[in-house]
Amino acid sequence: MISEAEVWVTVLAAGVGTYLIRLSFLSVAHRATDLPPLALRVLRMIPPAALAALVTPGLLRPDGELDLISAEALAGLVAGVVAWRTRSVIWPLVIGLPVALLVG
Amino acid sequence: MRAPPAAMAGARATVPLLVGVVPFGFVFGSAAADAGLGAAHVAAFSAGIFAGASQLAALDLLAGGAAAAVAIGTALIINSRMLLYSAGLVPWLAHVPARRRASSSYLLTDQAFAVSLVHFERTAPPPEQRLAYYVGSGLTLWSTWQVTTQLGLVVGNLIPDDVDLEVAVPLMFLTLLVPAVVDRPTLLAAAVSGVVAVVAAPLPANTGMPLAALAGIAVGTWAETTSRHHRRGGT
Repeated sequence: MISEAEVWVTVLAAGVGTYLIRLSFLSVAHRATDLPPLALRVLRMIPPAALAALVTPGLLRPDGELDLISAEALAGLVAGVVAWRTRSVIWPLVIGLPVALLVG
Repeated sequence: MRAPPAAMAGARATVPLLVGVVPFGFVFGSAAADAGLGAAHVAAFSAGIFAGASQLAALDLLAGGAAAAVAIGTALIINSRMLLYSAGLVPWLAHVPARRRASSSYLLTDQAFAVSLVHFERTAPPPEQRLAYYVGSGLTLWSTWQVTTQLGLVVGNLIPDDVDLEVAVPLMFLTLLVPAVVDRPTLLAAAVSGVVAVVAAPLPANTGMPLAALAGIAVGTWAETTSRHHRRGGT
């Protein structure tokens, strides 16, 4: 059993810490009105890099082991093609999710 | 008072992604129930930390007998990727008054960041609409998270164990990744990050993810910098 104290201490410390992480760069954003070109280039790479890192493990190592031929990988391929072709956020999920569930 | 149109647009853009969030909320709520926690505890986790992966990890650690310090440290490491999101939003929200920036930072999540950035880079909205869009997205996720984690506590994991909805999460991010890849440097950033993330997946506390992202960012930046040099004839 988890004690009351453990829950609240964890939530408080992790909560405050996570908030500070979220705030980090944004807290000094007002001083960043004239960012050097290199900084802008670096920032522009964050969305594709961060998102890719959130995608591949779940699709290629869903159960821990590398598995390039799986329901998840196929669903990812299908969803990726649909997303690329339709520029929609809904259709890739509507089509990809059933693929994963039916093939799996 | 009607919500600003930009906020509604942000909310609408976020709705499809809830497919990945709702099951996750039920998983956390039901895990909390298994651990003997109640509604107040779930609310504390979901509002205090408001980050699914780290909440689940912290809960699992505490339930398994780990010390609070370990749970806290693990949660913070898992959430370290939000440093990247905070940085990524800087050029778009630099104009926002300090207090609003500080309070709206609380809503920063993978989804709010991805939805907002894709929208900002695609449509370059005027400054006064950007914060509203991001907050609309963030509040949609926040409210959904509070509700589904509480529901999960009460009704347990509604989804039968052999139906694995976890795949919805990476699929959801894939739908945001595709529009974020617009040229060769961003493609390289995504490819490198994607490969490193798979290789580094076994690392504890999801450290593979920020490492992969940093690798992708470095390669993408290098690609863009060198391509500019070639175009300018090596200057």
